[in-house]
Amino acid sequence: MTAMVRAEQVCKSFGALQVLKGVTLSVERGQVLVLVGPSGSGKSTFLRCINHLETVTAGRLYVDDDLVGYREARGKLYEMSPREAAKQRRDIGMVFQHFNLFPHRTALHNIIESPVHVKGVKKAEALSRARELLGTVGLSDKADAYPAQLSGGQQQRVAIARALAMDPKLMLFDEPTSALDPELVGEVLAVMKKLASEGMTMIVVTHEMGFAREVADELVFMDGGVIVESGPPRAVLANPQHERTKTFLSKVM
Amino acid sequence: MTVVQASAPPAVDAVPLRHPWRWVGATVILVLVVLFIYGAATNKAYGWSTYAQYLFNDRILLGVSNTLQLTVYAMVIGVALGIVLSVMRLSPNPVLQSVAWVFLWIFRGTPVYVQLVFWGLIPTIYQNIQIGVPFGPSLFHLNLQSLSIPFLLAVIGLGLNEAAYMAEIIRAGITSVPEGQTEASKALGMSWGMTMRRTVLPQAMRVIIPPTGNELISMLKTTSLVTAVPYSFDLYSIASREIAARTFEPVPLLLVAATWYLIVTSVLMVGQYYLEKYFSRGISRQLTTKQLDALAKAQTDAGHV
Repeated sequence: MTAMVRAEQVCKSFGALQVLKGVTLSVERGQVLVLVGPSGSGKSTFLRCINHLETVTAGRLYVDDDLVGYREARGKLYEMSPREAAKQRRDIGMVFQHFNLFPHRTALHNIIESPVHVKGVKKAEALSRARELLGTVGLSDKADAYPAQLSGGQQQRVAIARALAMDPKLMLFDEPTSALDPELVGEVLAVMKKLASEGMTMIVVTHEMGFAREVADELVFMDGGVIVESGPPRAVLANPQHERTKTFLSKVM
Repeated sequence: MTVVQASAPPAVDAVPLRHPWRWVGATVILVLVVLFIYGAATNKAYGWSTYAQYLFNDRILLGVSNTLQLTVYAMVIGVALGIVLSVMRLSPNPVLQSVAWVFLWIFRGTPVYVQLVFWGLIPTIYQNIQIGVPFGPSLFHLNLQSLSIPFLLAVIGLGLNEAAYMAEIIRAGITSVPEGQTEASKALGMSWGMTMRRTVLPQAMRVIIPPTGNELISMLKTTSLVTAVPYSFDLYSIASREIAARTFEPVPLLLVAATWYLIVTSVLMVGQYYLEKYFSRGISRQLTTKQLDALAKAQTDAGHV
């Protein structure tokens, strides 16, 4: 079995600004990787590269052994057409800091939108699956509510259900609890824990060190576009090797 | 701080604020309106009997129908071409961007009356249309001057002018939708076209509809300029040029035309109200009556705390 995500010297520049300066890591199937680091360290950009919301400018990034964003043939790289890129993204779920639910659709219709219109699942089938997913995230009674009528925590749980409805093989979480009131963070983390325990492969950018310690298989600390330190979360959190990691952890814990 | 458990406080019972000046203002306005109506009803220049005679005249109704057709066809062209132009303006392709920009520059930069005169002159300027190999054999030949196409030219003239304005309205609507919406759609595997159709445009509609309603109402009245083509069977032309010129009573016939413009506009306003309501769903945090009832019931079921 090969790794679900394999990054080899991944670099990303926006014009002259280099945000990622060679990130190499791999995530095995069923593993949970937590990315931490100060803002501007490139962790969100790296996450967005994985489902091709950003295009890698150097290095290689593979998801499930497929090169992200390019086709490789006869030793040359060919830029993917938007259609191919869209197809590649289908199997990768993403949860955003600001939820990004569709405000003009109810919770239920947010969830069935993509299965029905992208995958061509039958509507009745998609609806029953969506209700099931709403149950998993504990929101069975909110099926007909519009996003504006839900709390932040509820919106984020609907967003997770929406991503799960596409049966992804990999889930990306981009600071999923950073926009939430402190008392709502727990309900979102609980859903994520459950997901991890069911064997979902996850990459999570977060500042929740408790979650990292409890759920992650590996913790990666990034700063200035490179990986400074990585390892089992308990070891890294209890005994950071680098000065930069120590300073950062002393501020967030 | 101590919390004292007491029985619920009595509901607020206050004397409402009075607004005497509103009543004074309303009375003054009412008196002025009554005086004006009395004056209009007794003034012979208004020619009310002529007004009544022509309000449902066949020629007038024909004019209403023609005006409505001009409005609808021109708006359909305007909206369809407007969508194309706005997407061209937003596309990363510099060729499409420039073409759209030049179109907007010309059609917004010249008066619609001038444009309509030009369209009227098209059969004079281009007397024949030939399709074929340049400097070679002709495959298709059409003599424009032999056709009687003022209605078509009026529709094209109004439609192309409108497209330039609609393009900007639609562009504003599209750019008003937050970027996160496009990203979420992409992340769910949607193509660009589907993202536009299912995520961006429905949300942009909320911003697009009010000014489009404005454009539609404005178009209804702009059709009175088609006399420049010249096309002379719209409501205004029939009322003022055809009938009033014959009866020498311009005032009642202008009132007839005004009445019909008002009626159509009122119908359009009702339509706009429902469209706006439909596309604003999900925008407000306010709960519907049904949802409020459900919440109240849940509260009662849970018992008073």
